[in-house]
Amino acid sequence: MKNQSLSSNIDWICIIIYIALVFLGWLNIYSSSLSSTEGTYEKQAVFIALSVPLIFILLYIDGKFYEKYASIIFVISLLSLVGLFAFGKTIAGQRCWYAIGSFTLQPSEFAKAATALALAKYLSDTQINLKEINRQVQALAIVFLPVMLILPQPDPGSAMIYSIFIIVLFREGLPAWYVWTGFITILLFVLTLVLEPQYVILIALLVIVLVHYKSRIADRNILMSAILFTIISGFVLSVNYVFTNIFKQHHRDRFNILLGKEVDMKGIGYNTNQSEIAIGSGGWFGKGFLEGTQTKGGFVPEQHTDYIFTTVGEEWGFIGSLVVIGLFTGLFLRIIYLAERQKTKFSRVYGYCVAGILFTHFFVNIAMVVGVFPTIGVPLPFFSYGGSGLWGFTILLFIFIKMDANKVNEW
Amino acid sequence: MRKVLLPALIIIGASLLIIRVFYLQIIDDSFKLKSENNAIKIKYDYPERGYIYDRNGVLLVANQPSYDIMVIPRELNNTDTLEFCKLLNITKDDFIKKIEKAKVYSPRLPSVFLAQLNKNEFAAFQEKIRKFEGFYFQKRSLRDYEVDYGANIFGFITQANEKLIEKNHYYKSGDLIGKQGVEESYEKILRGIKGVKYFQKDKFNREIGSYKEGKYDTIAVQGEDINLTIDAEIQKYGEQLMINKRGGIVAIEPKTGEILALVTAPSYDPGILVGRQRSKNYTKLYHDSIAKPLYDRGLLAEYPPGSPFKIMTGLVGLQEEVIDEQTTFVCNHGFSYARGRFQGCHCGIFGPRSLNVGIYKSCNAYFSNVYLKTIAKYKKPAYSVDVWSNHVKSFGLGQFMGYDLPTGKKGNIPTSKTYKKIYPNGGWRGTTIISNAIGQGEVLMTPIQLANMMSAVANEGYYYTPHIIKKIKGEKIDAKFTTKHVTTIDKKYFPPMIQGLFDVYNHGTAYALKVEGIDICGKTGTAENFAKIDGVRTKMQDHSIFVAFAPKDNPKIAIAVLVENGGYGATIAGPIASLMIEKYLRKKITRTDLETRVLNISLQGRYAKLGGLSEEVKKQLRIQDSITNSKIKAAKKLDSLKTKKQ
Repeated sequence: MKNQSLSSNIDWICIIIYIALVFLGWLNIYSSSLSSTEGTYEKQAVFIALSVPLIFILLYIDGKFYEKYASIIFVISLLSLVGLFAFGKTIAGQRCWYAIGSFTLQPSEFAKAATALALAKYLSDTQINLKEINRQVQALAIVFLPVMLILPQPDPGSAMIYSIFIIVLFREGLPAWYVWTGFITILLFVLTLVLEPQYVILIALLVIVLVHYKSRIADRNILMSAILFTIISGFVLSVNYVFTNIFKQHHRDRFNILLGKEVDMKGIGYNTNQSEIAIGSGGWFGKGFLEGTQTKGGFVPEQHTDYIFTTVGEEWGFIGSLVVIGLFTGLFLRIIYLAERQKTKFSRVYGYCVAGILFTHFFVNIAMVVGVFPTIGVPLPFFSYGGSGLWGFTILLFIFIKMDANKVNEW
Repeated sequence: MRKVLLPALIIIGASLLIIRVFYLQIIDDSFKLKSENNAIKIKYDYPERGYIYDRNGVLLVANQPSYDIMVIPRELNNTDTLEFCKLLNITKDDFIKKIEKAKVYSPRLPSVFLAQLNKNEFAAFQEKIRKFEGFYFQKRSLRDYEVDYGANIFGFITQANEKLIEKNHYYKSGDLIGKQGVEESYEKILRGIKGVKYFQKDKFNREIGSYKEGKYDTIAVQGEDINLTIDAEIQKYGEQLMINKRGGIVAIEPKTGEILALVTAPSYDPGILVGRQRSKNYTKLYHDSIAKPLYDRGLLAEYPPGSPFKIMTGLVGLQEEVIDEQTTFVCNHGFSYARGRFQGCHCGIFGPRSLNVGIYKSCNAYFSNVYLKTIAKYKKPAYSVDVWSNHVKSFGLGQFMGYDLPTGKKGNIPTSKTYKKIYPNGGWRGTTIISNAIGQGEVLMTPIQLANMMSAVANEGYYYTPHIIKKIKGEKIDAKFTTKHVTTIDKKYFPPMIQGLFDVYNHGTAYALKVEGIDICGKTGTAENFAKIDGVRTKMQDHSIFVAFAPKDNPKIAIAVLVENGGYGATIAGPIASLMIEKYLRKKITRTDLETRVLNISLQGRYAKLGGLSEEVKKQLRIQDSITNSKIKAAKKLDSLKTKKQ
């Protein structure tokens, strides 16, 4: 059956959305790079061109290959991250690139795919049950190994992406309280920053007391409630402590901008302010291709990389933003739909990981650009300038497309 | 359930982003403005202002180029400071200070290094400017006054203030605008329309090309030249005559309503409000709250007109047929209009007299009688007062006249409503308001209203709204200035009045001011006034008033002169009026002794008592005043001697 043509059974919807996103991305990079003389759009064109043979290779490789070699790929990926500590090149304070001549490669972009493969492999290989505590530990270890290597680079943006694996594990049977804990942790964190810690503790106390008395008498456990309250209070106080004493000023500022506490638009608030101005000035239909005044003036820093969405917002307006967000959402939902159709647990878990990883990038990036998330270096998949990113996401996506195309052969 | 979590998160997440983007792009529109401020630079091309000429084509106001030396600190390179400072006549300290200041503002953006250099100051520097990297110049156009008079007519050019910019979107911060005078009233015509060019800026505020290929750019439209109705000669002469006096002169051509001269004193040289000293000088003028050089007395000063108002009383009396030419009244050195109330008269003739004598002797008693009769004509004094008021108002009094200068006062002509307010219980009669008869009481007029009144009398019953615009290149002047206003007094009642005014010069109060060969009709006036000195209401020297027109047949000029605290109408205002008339009609002065005398009169000593001057200056002025006074006395003696001889 291997003689089948490359194109048979592949999901064209995903491919078309992929092509559309890459093309739109390049148009916006073109527009935003006209103000600088670096010729970024030519380079990006080369990256895009090089991803074509990459796609053919990915589609040519047998779907079984990934399942077979997932562990090895994962180990190689981990080694590449370890190697950064010895051979990595430092750019803007972050040691996360390998430099080969003028060419740079960011291994963390590829590590996501490798981790997804490893996780899929782990969950499918053994008839594991995620209700067992040591399985949970093992699964989480796969996720946290690369995170431990990425965090000290330091690259908190990339590290943060791995949190989405919790959702994937939940899909495969991880107990719900993991998700709840995560959710409540985030909620408490934000609340502590917005309100004074004593108020947050007060609110927590009220909620716990309420839950305690509303639950059935048999379930009442005063000790559990007390422990829960102690943990929450401790967390809130430590968040407060970490925020005021351990965080550096520029970390605090990033949160303060979001919370509306900072008004220094020339200094720390410059990025967010300029990016909001650029998007906000787009109106319904935008200023038109190559007509964005903010884009032309180069007001938004890092516009062709992390802030590429500002060009969309300014030149294509609300309609353009809607199309881009729509394309992304369509792609994610399509991948999940395909994942649920998979015959093997391996490809299903992997598909979930792909959707999750892409979505996290997408959400964190745009949320940051529109000023509802702290400034953090996360690229917009397929859009942002950069070869490693583009190829990393292409590999991530096309491995799944290949798996999906192969499922017919697994009858 | 577990399957739903990720898709749900995706849909919720995407929706949140869409809501946020919708908010930024559609709901909150402040970003559009911020973006424009950010990224679009607007450059204006300012057209030259139109020139201002007098009625005979004499150039009064032109423009001069002025140069600002600009500097971009970052582009400075090996400046030969010594030579540079020498060329611009500044010290090295100045140079360093100015460069530092520019650097503080922005090392990347141009700052003004030295502002408003004139042609000569700039010429030497211009040849060498290429040697000084980082420096360049910017040309501006400023007003160039060809004359040192007429400041109140021209007004001045200043920067548009914030309030105005908010109201009128044509003006942007830093734009120049005409203030006061014709610069204000003909601002739109004189200024033209500025051209606009849009440039795309980058984040360093540098221009990186034109915005949308100049789609929104516009070309500047030149300002138009205008001709004023002013006669430069008599305007200048009037200002000279008013030196060291306070007051105003307004001269109007009766046949057209054209303002021939509009003098206010004290005034200033319009040239001092141009160039580097501009704001310093303006502050000085602005803060002189006593002499008020920025206050146009010809247009704004409301005074009780005094005796010249008797002309109106007489004309209304004739029109209402309460008197005729032959009606006589008796004057007993005054007029007793109620028990114990006596109005003095200085006409000096006992026995009955007619209208003619009443006028030229300015008899208070005569016109009080006329006024009483007028108010008694109808049963209700309220009705009579309104009839009288309407006649008077038909001469353009007691209301804004609608002339084309930006400032003015209504003056006041009382009506029955006025007295209803003063006497809410009624009970007022002709005798209660008798002061109106002789231009006191509630009657207030500005000099230009006085001149207009004379204009209407000269025309025997009509006038044109006074105006200062003669010609605008390619445009007709406003039709309201060529529309005849007819008074409610019939033409036939004017000749006896005019004869009386003519006789003022023959046998009357202005006998000594006769000009050989010119038939002048005029009327003296004296207005009582009070001032607060050290908090006490004190009676001051009377204001000297004179109104006239000439020649008697086919009048060419009507004039009103007011000199504050000048004394009797015939002492200062009268001579000034007759000199002005002679100058205008003959172009030269025959009575040079009178001219010299008027030129030498200084009332500064009297004004010094009003305050606002330092003790030292007051002392100086007092000495001067006593000398001047003795001179006036001497002159008077001489005059009276002459009179007796005849």
